[in-house]
Amino acid sequence: MSQLLQQIINGVSLGSIYALIALGYTMVYGVLRFINFAHGDVFMVGAFVGYYAAPRIAPLVGGNLFLVGPIVLLLSMIVCSTLGVTLEKLAYKPLRFRPKITILITAIGISLFLEFGGQLVFGPDPKSFPTLIPSTTLIDTPNLILTSTPVIVIATAVVLMLLLRFIVMRTKIGTAMRALSFNQQAASLMGININTVISFTFIVGSSLAAAGGILYGSLYPSINPLMGVFPGLKAFISAVLGGIGNIPGAALGGLIIGLLETFVTGYLSPTFRDAISFGILILILLFRPSGLLGRYEAEKV
Amino acid sequence: MSLLELQDCTMKFGGLTAVSGLSVSIGKSDLIGMIGPNGAGKTTAFNMITGVYCPTSGQVTFNGSNLTGKKPYDIVATGIARTFQNIRLFTSLTVFENVQVSFNKSLNHGLSHSVLQLKKFREEEDSVRRTIVDLLKIFKLDGVKDELATSLPYGDQRRVEIVRALATKPKLLLLDEPAAGMNPTEKVELMKLIKEVKERFDIAILLIEHDMKVVMGICERIFVLDYGIKIAEGTPSEIQCNPKVIEAYLGEQVET
Amino acid sequence: MMNASGKKWAFIAAIVLSFVLAQFQGEINPYFLQIIIYVGINTILASSLNLINGFTGQFSLGHAGFMSLGAYTASMITITFQATPGATSSYVMFPVALLVGGIVAAVAGVLVGIPSLRLKGDYLAITTLGLGEIIRVIIQNLDFVGGARGLVGIPKLSDFFWVFSVVAIVIFMISNMIHSTYGKGFLAVRDDEVAAQAMGINTTKYKVIAFVIGAFFAGVAGGLYAHFVSYITPSQFGFIKSIEIVVMVIVGGMGNTVGVILAAIVLTILPEALRGVAEYRMVLYSLMLVVIMISRPQGLFGTGFKRFFKKQAA
Repeated sequence: MSQLLQQIINGVSLGSIYALIALGYTMVYGVLRFINFAHGDVFMVGAFVGYYAAPRIAPLVGGNLFLVGPIVLLLSMIVCSTLGVTLEKLAYKPLRFRPKITILITAIGISLFLEFGGQLVFGPDPKSFPTLIPSTTLIDTPNLILTSTPVIVIATAVVLMLLLRFIVMRTKIGTAMRALSFNQQAASLMGININTVISFTFIVGSSLAAAGGILYGSLYPSINPLMGVFPGLKAFISAVLGGIGNIPGAALGGLIIGLLETFVTGYLSPTFRDAISFGILILILLFRPSGLLGRYEAEKV
Repeated sequence: MSLLELQDCTMKFGGLTAVSGLSVSIGKSDLIGMIGPNGAGKTTAFNMITGVYCPTSGQVTFNGSNLTGKKPYDIVATGIARTFQNIRLFTSLTVFENVQVSFNKSLNHGLSHSVLQLKKFREEEDSVRRTIVDLLKIFKLDGVKDELATSLPYGDQRRVEIVRALATKPKLLLLDEPAAGMNPTEKVELMKLIKEVKERFDIAILLIEHDMKVVMGICERIFVLDYGIKIAEGTPSEIQCNPKVIEAYLGEQVET
Repeated sequence: MMNASGKKWAFIAAIVLSFVLAQFQGEINPYFLQIIIYVGINTILASSLNLINGFTGQFSLGHAGFMSLGAYTASMITITFQATPGATSSYVMFPVALLVGGIVAAVAGVLVGIPSLRLKGDYLAITTLGLGEIIRVIIQNLDFVGGARGLVGIPKLSDFFWVFSVVAIVIFMISNMIHSTYGKGFLAVRDDEVAAQAMGINTTKYKVIAFVIGAFFAGVAGGLYAHFVSYITPSQFGFIKSIEIVVMVIVGGMGNTVGVILAAIVLTILPEALRGVAEYRMVLYSLMLVVIMISRPQGLFGTGFKRFFKKQAA
């Protein structure tokens, strides 16, 4: 009990990062009905952009942490959006009407390419992520040590998610995204340019993943080219838990998985951390495949 | 005794009632048609009979036994076969192989035999092969038996689907819009074919169809569905004069 | 291809030949022998996965999990009963151990097959991936089989005869199955489950059977592997291993028996030939995967099922 608050803070900060990544999964699934396995590796690229960019940006703004952080974040988001859209145009678009299995394997291939390519380009050894968040201790009690880092992580994630909600609910292109996720044919008949909307979806999703990468690096400063594998899977599980295709669901799912993992690691044993998340996935898929907030889609005969 | 009986069957999908209180009776050698505007619930009724959907309420009885809620492959075992509105042939299989799939349910040997390929297996395989070729000959499809099923012209694909369904040795054959996409000549051939199938294989046939010439031309009795409810039942001439039927089709042409 | 009795003679000939060749095993350069043995084991793995993925259309990403179950089970048996290479008792004990390993894997295949009944495509892939990882985590936590440190001292019982006899059995069995009426049921499940059910196919049964047989042979392959390398760890049977097997099936052409065998051969030899550029191996693999799926999804070898992969209506 004494550690409870600490675990909650940890869980929420981890969960908010999972949520950011999960949003990308869920949005792409919403418009394309396909799970972008490579999404977790976009997250990894985001972290590495931060790693390489920070030392170069810092001298330009006189080392002012309040400027470096947001600039690096923006830069990372831009790079990853470009990456995401490029992948979509080169690899996923040609396969849009082929059987699902084809695009699934392609996504796996791209994921592996990014991972092992990353090992070649960045080197396989872990690197130390630069400090982008000014770290001050806010609360210092025996029961709870709260630094500014998790607070800012959570705050950033929340701001981004609110921004996303605004885009999805209030802008034309966000509405187009929602229309596309309901019925692709009808949407195109209404004059919506499907390719533009899909590209936009990838831009938004990849940006959030990039942000996730930067925040994750700030929270757990050791990064390596394979760092996207498990967070990517956990984020996917979060998206499914919340209801794949459902945006608030992804956020909710991320939070739950983040908290669950933190508690399991803290109170049970670290080795079971991954197994528990996979276990949840299997349970969800077996008993409530539409997730907590999702809707069930039946096959028309 | 009737072969197939639907008693007060209702199918609800959440708030939507697709079919309501449907009662239908089909005898052993009937040729029955089911018509109605789009969305009237005809394919849903088919799906209830074949086990794709489980009726929300009501009962489906076939040959005296209760089919309600059974799985599709069990229902096929009792003697009901069907074709599909959008042709669903097996895309990677030849015409021969498509029909061959249907023989699985009546195989007397299983996994171990097909692996070890003992004498009994080979005999049965030969017999199956002969039966398939004979069946295809009746429908004049034996020439294309080793062609990919989906490479055939549309009308031929429909015929393959019918042969495939017949290969399950059914007592009742459900045809879902068999004339869809056919030109007038093909439709005339189809009408002949359906009548021939009924005679030769001694089965009952229930068909959904939009083309009135086909329905009125071959069906002995017709049910009319509208918004999930049976609004009329009778012989072709009775149906043609039924005011409720005409009203349901108001705005559409009754004859093509 | 061959007719039924031709196949039977080829099968028997293959077994006899592998026995004869096994006697000369010692003459071959150990490095080449290792490659040949690996080719055999990968052929078994790829062919067994081909049954699940290629013929039945169930996308399974956890095949290495089955392999590990077979590897560990068979090893525990031979270690416990102290089988030694060359001893006559080993000639009985080894196949028994392999068999039990295969059966344990097959039981797992049932457990994995069951979720597959309700899941399609992406979801099934992730679930099988998850289950494969769960198996690995469980083994990692079992101290009596060595846990994360691995299992040592496995008797080196695998030789040319055992490996290639199993290869012959797998090919014979699966090839016979697929060409029979019974086997068409699997293909029907792959092409269109709804239509398959309407033609009387119990799709549940076929899917589970595919998983069981596929898992069984993966388990046997695992046992053969363990008794060749003498030391196994759970991390050897992770996601990457599963992907390697999947790549073989994809490159060979899903559902293409001969293609998959050729792919297994090429993809076992190639990394050895490219020893110098080992770090590029996975990068090339993944690129190859992507390129093949975009340009030639039916695989490199043979025409496979090109039509299955053609553009479908939106």
